Amino acid sequence: MKYLEEYRDAELTRKLLTDLRQVITRPWTLMEVCGGQTHSIIRSGLDQMLPPEITLVHGPGCPVCVTPLELVDKAIALAARPDVILASYGDMLRVPGSNRDLFAVKAAGGDVRILYSPLDALKIARENPEKIVVFFGIGFETTAPANAMAIVQAKAQGIQNFAVLVSHVTVPAAIITLMESPDVQVDGFLAAGHVCTVMGYWEYEPLTKKYNIPIVVTGFEPVDILHGILECVRLLEAGRFEVGNAYARSVRREGNKPAQAVIKQVFEVCDRAWRGIGVIPQSGYRLREDFAFYDAEKRFPEVQAIETKESPLCISGLVLQGIKKPVACPAFGKECTPQNPLGATMVSAEGACAAYYRYKR
Amino acid sequence: MIDKPNFLGWTCPRPLQNYPTIVMGHGSGGKMMADLIHHLFAAAFDNEFLAQMGDSAVIGEWQMADGHPSSDGNLTHLAPRTLNLAFTTDSYVISPLFFPGGNIGELAIYGTVNDLAMRGAKPRYLSAGFILEEGLPLETLGRIVDSMAEACEKAGVRIAAGDTKVVQKGHGDGVYINTSGIGVIPEGVDIAPQNAHPGDVVIVSGTMGDHGIAVISVREGLQFETEIQSDTAPLNGLVEAMLAVPGRHKAAPLHCLRDATRGGLAAVLNELAAASHVGIEFEEKKVPVRPEVNAACEMLGLDPLHIANEGKLVAIALDDQAQEVLLAMRSHPLGKEAAVIGRVVEDHAGLVVAKTTIGGSRVVDLPAGELLPRIC
Repeated sequence: MKYLEEYRDAELTRKLLTDLRQVITRPWTLMEVCGGQTHSIIRSGLDQMLPPEITLVHGPGCPVCVTPLELVDKAIALAARPDVILASYGDMLRVPGSNRDLFAVKAAGGDVRILYSPLDALKIARENPEKIVVFFGIGFETTAPANAMAIVQAKAQGIQNFAVLVSHVTVPAAIITLMESPDVQVDGFLAAGHVCTVMGYWEYEPLTKKYNIPIVVTGFEPVDILHGILECVRLLEAGRFEVGNAYARSVRREGNKPAQAVIKQVFEVCDRAWRGIGVIPQSGYRLREDFAFYDAEKRFPEVQAIETKESPLCISGLVLQGIKKPVACPAFGKECTPQNPLGATMVSAEGACAAYYRYKR
Repeated sequence: MIDKPNFLGWTCPRPLQNYPTIVMGHGSGGKMMADLIHHLFAAAFDNEFLAQMGDSAVIGEWQMADGHPSSDGNLTHLAPRTLNLAFTTDSYVISPLFFPGGNIGELAIYGTVNDLAMRGAKPRYLSAGFILEEGLPLETLGRIVDSMAEACEKAGVRIAAGDTKVVQKGHGDGVYINTSGIGVIPEGVDIAPQNAHPGDVVIVSGTMGDHGIAVISVREGLQFETEIQSDTAPLNGLVEAMLAVPGRHKAAPLHCLRDATRGGLAAVLNELAAASHVGIEFEEKKVPVRPEVNAACEMLGLDPLHIANEGKLVAIALDDQAQEVLLAMRSHPLGKEAAVIGRVVEDHAGLVVAKTTIGGSRVVDLPAGELLPRIC
């Protein structure tokens, strides 16, 4: 497969690190937005190889981690219904709800299926006409086009026994909220490469000017990330607050127009709760009126009354905003491990706590 | 709902600490399964054989009356000899029953043969118990059983006992097979998970991840441009070739053997590190992985180091003779791509550390439970 070996090359890494050391003159704090980037950094050991002036903080870019507790509980309630097949991306299955997780529901007899593509959910719906397939539609803008497409196809093909529990979140609003918060101290951002592949990066230009920060679109392989860091530091050292693109092989300024079109056709922007943080205005997608039939919350109105219970031990909210590192949590590695996760940041393969637990300790 | 985003609120719920029922993760070869074995099964059945925690148990010395002719060639004076026997069991519940490169029947034979071979034993006799689901086509069962017969021939074992049960439709997955196996350990051979020493070399017999990806691709209906085949194979021939390397020191050249099944290379290295109370260090780039397996793992968000293999082993060998062991492996058809990947060290006992492709380092842990493909 192309781009795997080249972007994990030790020689290239050494060269980029040398360039970085030559450019940097003072401490900088950078936030990588995407959970996939966090994971790649920790898995490759890149964070240990950076010059000491650089502090990397891990942002809230893991959709599994930020899916609100309420929505997990709703998914669990739906999965427990004998007339429902709940279809979900794999990593949502171990995220703890108020009382249990989707794996436990499966063990108790709920029909819970892992899928790789939302279009598979339509297939399941066709094959099981007597049940309703509810697809747990989470993700950032990256997964939105495919999720939207599944809904468009369902409507076009007249598939009635299909609904989506929507929990999309978007990046720019999160960056705004982070920058507005006095607790968050970040000098520059590494933007999420796959979100930008879909949405482009023109949305970030006004943010660089408003908050005086560089934002560099960055990929996921170690060399990509190093490249993004180098670009960001160059901009900071030169006092240039603009958008850079260190993932040009995948990202263009205007993004992917057909993908954006299908998102716009199916979704509209709304306020959305982020787990551990609270409501961030205009930071999510919900289904448009035209597609209300496919909204699982409307199809099953009883889930709207779900009561969520909170408990104070997990600090994933603070981790997600880069305010605390996973190791600072009193439960880290003790009450909270990947086998017994207290919060989503420990469950998700891309959660910062899981990455720290797996690769550092 | 709160109006303003609250950055100082601690909002995580505390879930149940333990699952009150069995969930899929308990069968994945990772930490959840290890915990279940330690806290439930081993605690209840505790004895010195089970405590070996090897792929099979060495069940001690047995006197054999046939013996061998005494030095004067007189066959009437047969001296009794003692042998170590190895004993193991395994159950096969794989779905789908047929996958590229193999099927549940072959797996049922080779898997148990391999567990015996991993203690250096010559596999001899197997039992085969079948749990058949009502409605299973006889033709399917016929194909499976024919495969098993062929596999027994290839591995040089015989099925000496069997059992058949039928369960109602919906109470099985077509076929479940259990095979138990007995093997004979040649004199002087002592292969055990506890035998690794600092300075020893870590060798893998070939490419990692083939079986698991082959099965996932069929199960999930994923189409890759190259069909990835399972590596299901009997390893006893390869192990014999490795054991034939003569020792030049008091200690034998071969210390440990494990086949890298559920949980993959990562699970095996962790188990060996824990059993021998040593650390293990290896280089990611030295682990052979087929490009198509790498590509499939990338797309699915899986780690090749966690993926099951059914025809590959990990060997820990004395440093001085590692090259000879490697040569013996590479001369065997199942070890052609054998490679040295790392070393046993004194530091960080119980932990496995890898040097990453870019030159960093990371801890390689047991997979937690069920392998979950990544969302984005």
